Amino acid sequence: MSACLDIRDLSAVLPNGQRVLRSVSLCVQPGEVRALVGESGAGKTMIGKAVLGVLPSSVRIVEGDMMLEGEDLGRLQPKARRTLIGARTALIPQDPLTALNPSRRIGSQMTDRLVRILGWSGERADTRIRQLLDEVQIRDPDRVLKSYPHELSGGMRQRVLIAAAFAAEPRLIVADEPTTALDVTVQKQILRLIVQLQREHGTAILFVTHDLGVVAKISQKVSVLYAGKVVEEAETAALFASPQHPYTRALMAATPRYTDPFASLKPVDEAVLAGLATEIAAADQAWRRPHG
Amino acid sequence: MAEPLFKVRGLKVALPDMTRKPLIGRAPLAEILKGLDFDLPRGSVTGIVGESGSGKSTLGRALVRLLEPSAGSISFDGRDITHLPEPELRPLRRNLQMIFQDPMSSLNPRRTIASIIAAPLKQNGLGDNLKARVAEALLRVGLPQSFASRYRHELSGGQRQRVGIARALALAPKFVLADEIVSGLDVSTQAQILTLLEKLAAEMGLTVAFISHDLSVIRRLCRQVIVMREGVIVEASATDALFDHPQQSYTRDLISAIPLPEIDPGWLDIPSAAKAT
Amino acid sequence: MDEARAPRRGVSPRLWLAGGWLLLALLAAIFAPLVAPQDPLAQDLMLERLPPFWMSGAEPGYWLGTDSLGRDLLSRLIFGGRIAFVVAFAAAIAACVVGSTLGLISGYFGGWADRIISRIVDVWMAFPPVLFAILLVAVLGTGLSSVIIAIAVIDWTRFCRVIRAETMGQSRMDYVENARIAGYGRIGIMLREVLPNVVPSIVALLSLEMGIAVIVEAILSFVNLSISTDDPTWGGIIAEGRLSIHQAWWVLVFPLITLILTVLSFSQFGEALKTRFDPVLR
Repeated sequence: MSACLDIRDLSAVLPNGQRVLRSVSLCVQPGEVRALVGESGAGKTMIGKAVLGVLPSSVRIVEGDMMLEGEDLGRLQPKARRTLIGARTALIPQDPLTALNPSRRIGSQMTDRLVRILGWSGERADTRIRQLLDEVQIRDPDRVLKSYPHELSGGMRQRVLIAAAFAAEPRLIVADEPTTALDVTVQKQILRLIVQLQREHGTAILFVTHDLGVVAKISQKVSVLYAGKVVEEAETAALFASPQHPYTRALMAATPRYTDPFASLKPVDEAVLAGLATEIAAADQAWRRPHG
Repeated sequence: MAEPLFKVRGLKVALPDMTRKPLIGRAPLAEILKGLDFDLPRGSVTGIVGESGSGKSTLGRALVRLLEPSAGSISFDGRDITHLPEPELRPLRRNLQMIFQDPMSSLNPRRTIASIIAAPLKQNGLGDNLKARVAEALLRVGLPQSFASRYRHELSGGQRQRVGIARALALAPKFVLADEIVSGLDVSTQAQILTLLEKLAAEMGLTVAFISHDLSVIRRLCRQVIVMREGVIVEASATDALFDHPQQSYTRDLISAIPLPEIDPGWLDIPSAAKAT
Repeated sequence: MDEARAPRRGVSPRLWLAGGWLLLALLAAIFAPLVAPQDPLAQDLMLERLPPFWMSGAEPGYWLGTDSLGRDLLSRLIFGGRIAFVVAFAAAIAACVVGSTLGLISGYFGGWADRIISRIVDVWMAFPPVLFAILLVAVLGTGLSSVIIAIAVIDWTRFCRVIRAETMGQSRMDYVENARIAGYGRIGIMLREVLPNVVPSIVALLSLEMGIAVIVEAILSFVNLSISTDDPTWGGIIAEGRLSIHQAWWVLVFPLITLILTVLSFSQFGEALKTRFDPVLR
């Protein structure tokens, strides 16, 4: 069985030549939840955007392949690529408020994608959306579909976006920090929903987050990123049992844990950061050599 | 036992509700805080926790009197400050300091770090020896002296928050309000800032109100916790007691919703029927 | 994430071009008696409607030709610049001081002050500006000072609206609350924390306003409502040039080019200054 998403040696640069993705490789199997974890500037969101083909125009991919269900995205014509990405992937965004157009009703925004990209009839799209709203436990779909985004709570908006993401039966969903803006109790409900739907539909998820706690609860595999480089990749259980890279260990020690307040929240050791800087400089040098 | 620094009784705050403002005329008032009673003992760090809409930030702003309460009383250091007008508050301000959530917005982009730290000093009659005092404040928060001449956009998030702390503590205040000061930071930076605040609070004997949505951070830093929900106090007790034996179901939910960085397949608690398909 | 110190951008070409033209025009206007090749008022019917220097029939010393009374066009443009610049600086600064002050008060204090000032601005802006100017000059009487007053009276609203909006945005920043915590009074906060952050906008608007003042002055001269008819003004020259467009197109075209270049330069200069002096954008 071919992988759902297979990224090999992906490098991207800014106009000034600085690399923002440093030979990233990762392979997501169908139905797998893969966490991308890292701090700000680690490039985790960038990878998600690269997969969806929505990188900012200043970022240029200079090397590497991305295969979506065996199709090489780099070899497709732009239009064919857009259609393929549109049909097989979906996004659950970080900020549910800015992801929805404030001046349009929820209903038409949710069916849009189905009608425009998949060419469904309005009726079929409407039925499908109602089915999904039921799956995300929205009990009064009529009211929600008629609402404007600002009339719903943050958790409700995120449910709507999750329903919209799953509606077209994508093979891969990129979830970009989908719970960062939410309260903890709502976060738990939303995580539960995402995993529940993911299992039922057999969807693979690329889950971008900065929170190792969330990683532990939802993912099967995890890639730890720093400055656009995968510093460690492991089965989630293995990563938490014995983190290999010093940065992963430092990150775990810095993450707060209420069960053990004085063993957690440890500031990251300068030596670890210095080691990372050396590692990245060496990688850049090795990369530049064949590239002139 | 010494008199607590803050005594708050029946505190109510109402603010205009702009979402219900009629086309013509005033917006109706919405009661954000619905009668709070608590004390902040001297030299203690108190956590104020709640989800969005709980009123925790409004409570903070009322404590440092950026807002005027609509009912009840706040007494600070033995003095009733509930309705003190701004000019009379000014001499008290040196003891009522605040560290903001977003250091980006709390630092004026057009001022150097030195000038930002110096402002409260000058205004409170500590204008002599300004250079040395600013240097000391930078040293205290572990920033190099060269930062004095920099601007906000030249600093990283963690460094900005250090400047925020340096400015608030430059006056050696009795009370500091810390409003979600680590929620915008990465975990590694968050740990640094928290350890710094922890150390300085102990050294300087500060009374701190630490507002946060994150209970795990509060457990580390605070001796007592106030849990808020929709403008009322749900539960207030010593930190260890709160975590070990939460009395209210809401507190229990809040604690159990925190995803610990540990493998726990049962945590999401997905009904098994869902797995079958 | 660590952000490195932002690299300083060099002076942009548009700042050079716009600033260069303005400097040239300003110097020419200041030293007009020294620079102008001829007396701008001297009429010589023997030399009427001389073409510019590259055409046949041109006389040396009359670079841009002469008008229907034989007056040197270049000299008239240079002397006309004096009035244009005096009006531009005086009127724009007056409008800026009044408008920015009211805008700051309105945006920062809000409440009644804001309501009153905003209503006045709304009413003010309902008048068509040029008609308003003509009306004002008609009431005040012609002359340099009435033109300046008329422009300031009309255009302070432009400053007021923009500065009010910017001030409101700034006032919501945490550093304003911070200054209260530091023990500053309201006026102190307004001057110390808010004003420096709106200065780049004030500068840009001021430059733009100078361009507008030049146009309004030209319009008033065009309808003969500005200064005494003897003194050359750009608008006056344009009005005269219009009458002889078929015999001597240059009398209309050169002042128009001068006017357009100057107005354009003022607005470009302001924009370039704003980006350059904004530490956040830089």
